[in-house]
Amino acid sequence: MIQPGLLGEILTSLLIVVGAIFALVGSWGLVRLPTLMERLHGPTKATTLGLGGMLLGSVAFFHLVQGVWSAQELLVSIFLFITAPISANMIAKVHLHGARLKEADSIESPAGKPPRPPGEGDWATYEAPHSDTPVATSEE
Amino acid sequence: MIGYAVMFGFACLVLAFALNLWRLLRGPTVGDRIVALDTMVINAIALIVLTGIATNNAVSFEAALLLAMVGFIGTVAYCKFQLRGDIIE
Repeated sequence: MIQPGLLGEILTSLLIVVGAIFALVGSWGLVRLPTLMERLHGPTKATTLGLGGMLLGSVAFFHLVQGVWSAQELLVSIFLFITAPISANMIAKVHLHGARLKEADSIESPAGKPPRPPGEGDWATYEAPHSDTPVATSEE
Repeated sequence: MIGYAVMFGFACLVLAFALNLWRLLRGPTVGDRIVALDTMVINAIALIVLTGIATNNAVSFEAALLLAMVGFIGTVAYCKFQLRGDIIE
């Protein structure tokens, strides 16, 4: 029969170790991958997941080992999981603008140039507001 | 056992910080530096969480929450400045 304290210790240690490895792999991808569009994968996916693992380990530690329930870690992880795609989208927009201004990497990306969006238009980040967009976004 | 796991986590995060710093100094574009800073903020949150476990102190998670918010706003502000030349239009 395993004691609950020992189970909590094993679970906490496992989550911390796995999370730390994921964070390290994310930063290694940031160094290793060739262009900015590929480099975005490491920090936005692996590092966020690793931090989520460490936060879950912290919840397990305080709940199972210390017997205290603390929910701030869950708040932090929910906030990070919501904001990581938004910041990745913003950085991808910066890359698209840099590519248009010829400031981007000189190396050709292995995946090639990003494909044009379907239809007549260009990427939304290049376009001026249309005349029929709502007032709140089109008026200065 | 948790002590060893926390030590391993600290070692991994120190290495991750060194790799981020290399990308921050190397560039080559502004977008790479923004990504490196964003990753550094996330790793700093992880350091705060691990410190909270190591010192058995649940107070530091407010700091982690604040750092998560400030890091996100900082990243978006850098990107907005790169895109528009202005942060609040």
